[in-house]
Parts: sequence; structure tokens; C-alpha cells
Amino acid sequence: MTPNQTVFATLLLVSLAVFAWGCWKRLSLISLGKAEDRFDNIGTRFGEMLLYAFGQKRVVAKPFGINHFIIFWSFLILMVANSEFILNGLFPHTIKLIRLPFELYVPLAFMIDIASLLALIAVTVAAVRRLVAPPYPEARTLEAFAILGLIAILMLASFTLNASELAAIMLRSNADPASFLHTARKIMPVAGLLAGQLPPLQLETIHGAAWWAHALALFAFICYLPNSKHMHILTAIPNCFFRRLEKPNTVPREEFSVGNTFGVDRVDHYSWKDLLDSFSCTECGRCQNVCPASITGKPLNPRAVIHDIKVNLLENGSALKKGGSPQNPLIGEKGEGSVSEESIWSCTTCGACMEACPVFIEQMPKIIQLRRHLVETEAKFPEELLNLFENMEGRSNPWGIAPSERTKWCSQLDVKPFDGETMEYLFYVGCAGSFDSRNKHVSVAMAQLLDKAGISWGILGKDEKCCGDSVRRLGNEFVFDKMARENVAMFKERGVKKVVTQCPHCFSTLKNDYRQYGLELEVIHHSELLRNLVQDGALVMNKTAEGMGTTVFHDSCYLGRHNDVYDAPREVIAAAIGAAPAEMERNRNNAFCCGAGGGRMWMEEHVGERINLTRVNEALEQKPDTICVSCPYCMTMFEDGLKDVKADNVQVRDVAEVMAEAVLR
Amino acid sequence: MLIVVCIKQVPDTTQVQIDPVTNTLVRDGIPFIVNPYDTHALEEALRLKDRFGCTVAAISMGPPNAEGTLKKALALGVDHAILLSDRVFGGADTLATSNVLAAAISKLNAEVGEVGLVLCGKQTIDGDTAQVGPGIASRLDYRQLTLVDKIINLDFAAKKIRVSRKLEGRHEIVEAPLPAMLTVVRELNRPRYPKVQMRLEAAEAIVEVWNNKVLGLDEQKIGLKGSPTWVSKIFSPERDKGEIIGDGYADPTGTAALLIDKLMAKDMLPL
Repeated sequence: MTPNQTVFATLLLVSLAVFAWGCWKRLSLISLGKAEDRFDNIGTRFGEMLLYAFGQKRVVAKPFGINHFIIFWSFLILMVANSEFILNGLFPHTIKLIRLPFELYVPLAFMIDIASLLALIAVTVAAVRRLVAPPYPEARTLEAFAILGLIAILMLASFTLNASELAAIMLRSNADPASFLHTARKIMPVAGLLAGQLPPLQLETIHGAAWWAHALALFAFICYLPNSKHMHILTAIPNCFFRRLEKPNTVPREEFSVGNTFGVDRVDHYSWKDLLDSFSCTECGRCQNVCPASITGKPLNPRAVIHDIKVNLLENGSALKKGGSPQNPLIGEKGEGSVSEESIWSCTTCGACMEACPVFIEQMPKIIQLRRHLVETEAKFPEELLNLFENMEGRSNPWGIAPSERTKWCSQLDVKPFDGETMEYLFYVGCAGSFDSRNKHVSVAMAQLLDKAGISWGILGKDEKCCGDSVRRLGNEFVFDKMARENVAMFKERGVKKVVTQCPHCFSTLKNDYRQYGLELEVIHHSELLRNLVQDGALVMNKTAEGMGTTVFHDSCYLGRHNDVYDAPREVIAAAIGAAPAEMERNRNNAFCCGAGGGRMWMEEHVGERINLTRVNEALEQKPDTICVSCPYCMTMFEDGLKDVKADNVQVRDVAEVMAEAVLR
Repeated sequence: MLIVVCIKQVPDTTQVQIDPVTNTLVRDGIPFIVNPYDTHALEEALRLKDRFGCTVAAISMGPPNAEGTLKKALALGVDHAILLSDRVFGGADTLATSNVLAAAISKLNAEVGEVGLVLCGKQTIDGDTAQVGPGIASRLDYRQLTLVDKIINLDFAAKKIRVSRKLEGRHEIVEAPLPAMLTVVRELNRPRYPKVQMRLEAAEAIVEVWNNKVLGLDEQKIGLKGSPTWVSKIFSPERDKGEIIGDGYADPTGTAALLIDKLMAKDMLPL
């Protein structure tokens, strides 16, 4: 069992061929995806890659991520050791680490030894964690343990190999064992320690065995890597490079002309980046652990969606490469490799999965693309959406109420039509603020606060139309496209520059989605405007809003996660009640959805626990008198949920109502 | 076998206003929709097409802008869409309208295929007469089956149809030979949603227009001249102003109690 150049070189070539074949087989499938430009801002992309791939910023955001950080960096350091091992195997008499100048050898050898030790500890910890408290129950796969075991074997073999080499040098040089080992332990603490324990007579055998064990484990690793979920080692870094630099809070437009396809029902209709995403997932499960649908027992699991896209691509890849049609459906009940309709409709588009993903996989846009296919190509969707779609298209509001009723909320107020020449702000009231009896109170409070602060503002009145958020997230891009064009044309015609909204869905749609239509507006959420007005002294508290009692704040997904507005509503509440609001266990970017986003507001929730009840119960843990929200949908979901749990003593208030309590009363 | 669906463009009634001076509907800026009952007739025809592979033609009498209504029918999957439009058709009551529609159906019967069924909504939401469907049946001497909420059996070979009619408090099962004219109620089916590809194709499609040169009807039987009835006045009924009771926002429980007292005083709550 002595190192043999020829055998080694042959095995190396075979492994490299298997590696290259595996990489090509999979990565060439990525080119089946549609074109998408992710090559802008190269400098920023490079920086983000350093931060998130090499710096592992999102990985270490969770405590256990430290373990991954250690494995990742050990791997980078050990690439030097493994390169040396391979070159030494090919040219045993020319290349050897120890032949380097002593000043270079010592730190390098030290780093390799320590990195190996850290990696060994980290994989042991990872294996124990997976046994005792796995990230999710299905994570206890043979594959996961196999790769951890393989890494452990590599490390143990490397220690033994280095130790036997040290011992051999000691024997050859006739040095004093005690002082030699003492020095050796300083250079390579683990291998040095082990060197003293090896039986001198079997050194040759041990060295040979360790060398071959290391060689075979390394080859196995090289062969296995591109053919498993561990391919993320190769793809995660470019995935961070090619990530959407802006928040993935919107979806791409579609071109509506005869003969085009709409949405995605075959895997090659996704973009190349979508397909790269599927190969970058290492199934850590962080997305499913924050997904409101997964947590409450719905069939949707964002990790499984990405996995199914990958499996579908692998199954259909060869047929698609030849220009054929896919054999296995992407949407369907087939199980692995296809996404069920029920899971597609379960998504609230809250964005928690994308916020949690360490490598920036974009799950939500992929799910919306699947919805688009169902709605636009098959006209197949949950039946309660039929009325919604017709109401939106016919009357530009979700309930189908006559547009002439849009101004009823302000019939008792002196509200002026927006005039671009003389007014600063358009108050875009939104459908809920205009029609929903509870949310009309928020509109009134907002109008009074704007007047009190001396802002010049107006409304579009009966001409205001729905922003189209729900239809877009539900995949009815055709109707959204019409609504967006109409709105954009009207905003341009009326000279709208600055818009304040009281609904995060209007806010995000006007701000982010309409930019795709060439409309750059300064959109501000009412919580931000109120915060600014308080800071500028335009709004002065008459009294502390004591009636609110203990107030807990709930982050809206489209304000927080999708647009990074976390502080403004908290500062408004703090100004009004004289103290920072109480926080729920999951808050800010970890906040849990109310259940109404992504058009779920208009759908029944038949499966599992109700999402709003989960959140209401979480809020009630803070023993609040008031739950403060910043979104009309959240308002409805909380009011409904509180009724369900019979918490009559808890009230739900919008930030504007809390502020009004302090400023106006 | 050909199925003909008669559809009408109507103003969206939730948005209708009446001009107090002229006593006519204010049509400016009011969006038009397909008469809701007709959408169920259309859906049933398309389901029969899916089941039996028959041909479906949609016809509509109206001004040129009623083309949009027929494009919606094309987007849903009808094979032919014909707009019956001519100034001389204007001002028609239900008799004159049914004359034009019946003539168009006869023409389709002669040129496109043997008509087995004519489907209409039970009434339109603007005129609310429910007379045009039966009028067509009379002009064509077809059997008329009104207020259909279910087609129980349809046998094109034996030329027989059996339907359920939704009457007040009861259902009536009726069998009739074909060709027959059916007017349908909402309970019949749930209309489908158009696919985008078909909408785009429909938008580019050219809707065939038949004027009276094509139909060649006697001008005394169509339009205003052929209409023995006319609208002398149209108005919104006076309605007593409602009353706002309490403040449901500030005191929901107290307001609910107030409401109950009011309703009990008026003997409107059974105890």
C-alpha cells in the first residue's frame, strides 16, 4: 500500500472526468433557461459576492450558521493542502509542502492543521445536530450524513498522514523525540500530537493506508460533488454574484402578443438565473421554517418548490436539449419534480423565504410565474378568484363596488381633487381606504393629519383606480398590465410627482412595479410621512395617546421585508404613546405574515391552521391593549382573528389612528 | 349542429344614472358589460361545444361599439361572432328586436349549419322585459323553454332536449323537440374565464357585421317603425332617506342594541 503514481494519476483523471461530466451535465441545463440580464453593476455584484458568499453574512445570521462558516473557510484553506496532496501524488519527488522555505511552511502547516481540526469538529457538530435537532424533519437524509462522513474521513486521514510523515522524519533524523515532538506540536498541533502515538515499526503501513484513504475520499468527494445537493459549493458563489441587487419585491413584465407563452409550465420557460437558483439550493430549510404557509400546514414548501424545479430540469433536460417537449409536468400532482396547484395558491408572497435564504434564491417570482400559467394560459384558479378578477377588470376594485362610491369616505370632509400645479402630494387612498368601512376611518384620520400639518394634498376621487397589486401577485398579469398602463397614463397626465399611500400594497406597487412602465414617482408610505412631519415639528402631540395602552406593532410584509421600512411606524407610535411599542417574538425582517398578501386576502383558507390566528396569538403573548398595524389587509386579518379568539378587549389601530389620537384629540 | 347564443351589450347597472331632464340613461363614460344572464347562456353553449363538438355562433344587435361584447364571446371560444348593426335597427322594442335576431338565426341556419338550439339570458338587466327570447322562438316557430337552470338531457340525433325550469318555489322538468330556444338563469352554470391567448386573438379578430342589406327585412318590421311600444318616461323611484343609528365604530354593542330595538318596534324581528 505505497503511493503509486500511475494508479493515482489514473484515478485522478477518472475523478476529474466524472466531475467535469457532472458539472457539464447539470450546468449546461442552465443554458436552457430564458435570457435575463444579470450582468449590470459588476463592481457592486463583486462586492456583494464577497460579503454574502465569502463573508457568509446571511449564513451566520442564524447561530448555527457559524458552523457552516467554519466548514466553508476550512475548505478554502484546505484547498491548498489538497492541491499539494494531488501534485505530490503526481510528482512525489518534486512537490511537497515541507520543501517550502521554513518561514512559509510553518504558518501554512499550522493553518492546515487547525483548519482540519475545525472542519472535523464542525462536521461532527453538524451530524449530531442533524440527529438530535435537525433543521427540519426530512433533513435526516443518507446523503447529508454521507457527505459529513466523507469530510470527516478526509480530515482523519489527513491527520494520520501528516502524523506518520512527521514520525518518519523524526526517525530518519535521529532527533531527540521529546524536543522534536515538542516543535512538531507547535507547527501542527493535532498531527504533532498524533505523531508521538504512532508505533514506529508500522509507520510505513500506516502512512500508506492514510495516504490511500485520503486519496480515495478526495476522489469520492470530487466525483460526488456535482451530482448532489452539495453542488451548491460550486453554484452558491455565482448565485450571490448574480442575485437581484434590488429587493425582489416585484415580478418581470410579460409581453402580450399573439403566439407568446404566458407564465411558466415548463422548466425551460424559467430564466437561466431561476435554473441556477435550483442548483444553488443546499436544502438548509431556512425558507420553510419561516414560510407562513409551511408553518401553518399548507402544502406549500418553498424548499420543495426549488427542489422540484431542479428535479424537473434533470428529468426533462435531455429531451429539452434536443428541442423536444418535457415528459414530466412542472405543475401537477406527480410528487417530486412537480409543484402542486394547491401549493402554488398557498403563497402569501410575504417574502420571508427570500429574506431567509443565505444564497438569495428568489422563490416568490417563480411561484407567481406558475400562477401566471394557471390563470393566463389555462384560466384555472380557485373559484373565489373569478369575481375578484372580474371586479378588478370591470370596476377597478376588489369588491366590484361602483367607482362613483370612491369618495364616500370623505363626504363629511373638505377634500380637494388633486391638482399637479398647486399641490405637493397625491393622497392615493387605495381600495380598502375608499370602500372598506373599517379602513375608511384610517383615511379620515390621515386626511385630518395632513391638513393639521399644513400639507397641500388632493385625491383622484372617482378617477382613482386600483393599483392592481392583488391581480399581479395572483398571476393575472394581463389584467394588471392593463390597470398599470391606465394608472401610469393618468399619473403622468395629472402631473403626479409625490404620492402618499396608507396601504403598503399600493405603496410597493406604485413605487416598484410601475417603474417597469417608465413611471418614477416619489412614493411615501403614510407612516414615513407622519414620522417626517413629527420630526419637522409640523405635527405636535396634544397629549399622549394613553387610550392605546400597551401597544404591540405588527410589520406589514410589503412595507417591511419588501421595502425595508421598519423604523418609521415604530417612531410614529413612540411619538404618540410616549414609549417604543412592544415587539412580537418575530418582528422586523423576521415578522410573520398576517396571511392576506399575494391575493390570499380574497381566497378561502381551508387547509391547516389559519395564518392570521397564528399571528394574532403571537401578538396576544405581549398582553397588548392595542395591536398597531400599517396596512389595511393586516387590519382586516387582525380584527377577524381577534374575533375568532374572542379577545374583545384588544383593539386594532392603524399608525395614523394612533397618531391622530395624540395630535387631534 | 349549430348553437346560436344571443347576447346583448348593457350598461354596467351599478354605474347607471338617469338624466333627470331627458329621462334617459346617461351613457357617457358608463362602462358596458355583457348582460350577466347572457354570460350563462354563452357558457352553456361552450360546454355543449366541449361535449358534443357542435359549432357555436354568438349574435348581438346593437350599435357598432357592441363589437366589444362579441369579442368577449370570441375570447371565450365561440366559432362565429356576428354583429347585427344598422341605423334602421335603432329604437327597436322587443318585437322589432326579435324580428332582426330571428332573421339572423334563419340566415345562419341556411348558411352555416342546422340550428339545434338558441340560447338567451332570461332577460337583460337594462330592459328587464324577458320578451326577446320568447319573441325569437315565436318568429322562428321553435319550442321555447324559459328559465332553464339545468339541461338534463340533450340528444341531437333524436332531436330531443329535457330541461329543468326554475320557477317560484318549484322546478318543472320539460321535454321538447329540437330546434328549441332556451332562456337561462344564473344557476345554470359558472361562466369560465377567458384565456389570454384567446383574448389576444379575439382583439385582432374582425367581427362580421350584418346590416339590413344583408338581412333584407321589411323596414316596417324593424327599428322604431316596427316597434309598437315605446318608453314614455324613465325615472328613479323615490326612496326614503335612511337613518344613521348610533355610532357603530365607537360603540358596536350599544348600536346593535339600538338597531334591535328599532327593528322590534317595527315588528321586523320574528321572536
